Amino acid sequence: MKNRAEDSAQNSGYTLFLGCTVPVRALNYEISARKVAEKLGLQLSDVSDFSCCGYPIKSVHRYGYLLMAARNLALAEKKGLPLCTLCSACCGSLTEANHEIQEDEKLRKQINEDLSEWVGLRYEGGIRVTHFTRILREEIGKKKIAEQIKADLSSLHVAPHYGCHYTKPTSIYGKIEDPENPKSLDELIEATGAHSVQYEDKLQCCGGGVLAIDEQVALAMSQRKLEHIRAQQADAMVLVCPFCNVMYEGNQRKIEKVFQKEYKLPILYYPQLLGLALGIEPDELGMKMNRVKATELVKKINRGTD
Amino acid sequence: MIDSKTFDPNFKSLIASEPGGENIKKCFSCGTCTAGCPVREVTDRYNPRRIIRMAILGMKKEVLSSDFIWLCSSCYTCFERCPQNVKIPELMNAIKNIAVREGYLPSTMKSQLDLLASFGRLLEVTDFENEKRKELHLPLVQGRTEDVKKILKKLGFHREEQSRG
Repeated sequence: MKNRAEDSAQNSGYTLFLGCTVPVRALNYEISARKVAEKLGLQLSDVSDFSCCGYPIKSVHRYGYLLMAARNLALAEKKGLPLCTLCSACCGSLTEANHEIQEDEKLRKQINEDLSEWVGLRYEGGIRVTHFTRILREEIGKKKIAEQIKADLSSLHVAPHYGCHYTKPTSIYGKIEDPENPKSLDELIEATGAHSVQYEDKLQCCGGGVLAIDEQVALAMSQRKLEHIRAQQADAMVLVCPFCNVMYEGNQRKIEKVFQKEYKLPILYYPQLLGLALGIEPDELGMKMNRVKATELVKKINRGTD
Repeated sequence: MIDSKTFDPNFKSLIASEPGGENIKKCFSCGTCTAGCPVREVTDRYNPRRIIRMAILGMKKEVLSSDFIWLCSSCYTCFERCPQNVKIPELMNAIKNIAVREGYLPSTMKSQLDLLASFGRLLEVTDFENEKRKELHLPLVQGRTEDVKKILKKLGFHREEQSRG
């Protein structure tokens, strides 16, 4: 068993891309992802001077976005490992830039001219970009995850929130799964022993993309989903993007105030749920940092220790 | 009322020559985009079919100076469903890129550019954050990323005096 874990660690090295939100506002996501990775033999290494992925300036200056993405890809290329993101928007943004740079020779030449002159870097197009959840689903696999489950989560009913940039657009991701009927997160939830709850507007956008432009519109978009999940009496929402979390957890109290409702819906990052199932202590998964406390949810788990 | 004399017939070609806007002329206004739009569900200020129609008619100033072009949440629902592959979120970005060049940069986007130029990220990683990371046994994150400032400066989005408080 030990050898197998070591082998898979050697074959599963990734550079972790944190982006803007994770290292400041979603440390619980980062901690739980690292813990889960360690437990499953997935090696993650770091590059301290990654910057923003470039996504925020795409609407302002598309070429500038490509340059910022290429700078990060160039740093990753130096490491020689594929890039793993925790944020779905970072994943979309870096994947798209990567495709364009790999496929368009003229663009690649232009980007490298500017990148080398301005910041002394070059990107030759040799890096693969993927999402942490995709690695769990496609590389580790639900079977291997199910084999390592220590705690009994069968009393939990959680609602998956896929978020938009995890599956779309398929023009850059390929048809990894049907964006109108994705299954990967449901399956990953079921692999932990918890039940995946179905609800209205399951694929709806969190609204985070317009938060900076019009807060009221963004909050109204999030409110609908909180409402629909509460209607199914789910124990929590489970998601895989720190910006979706900003909307559903960070802004939950504001939403409650604006819409005169009470949700108190715990929002878990998938690695937190998985970590609990793998028998990792809640504190080690950053559960204390969850703004909407998940104490009741944790109590429902039979951790098999007491 | 719309006055067709004010239309700029070249507007759609200008958009079509912008990366992301290439397929605008293929739109036949079926409305699939608007029907499935999550922003449209909470506000009628955003209506992608209407925006594309206005752009094709040549309502350049009305489109570029509007706040509604900034309301696309980039969820890509319409991108996947559009029968004509108009790539609406990318088309909206193309229009926004043109709007910025014409001087219509929303103040919130300006603030984001300033944050990126100052910190290389939208959120500053201060000593406090790194101290917390150390306590949690997480690797330190470089607070400032000067490269991003250089890139934004070269693109004309940042002047040196802005960064000196």
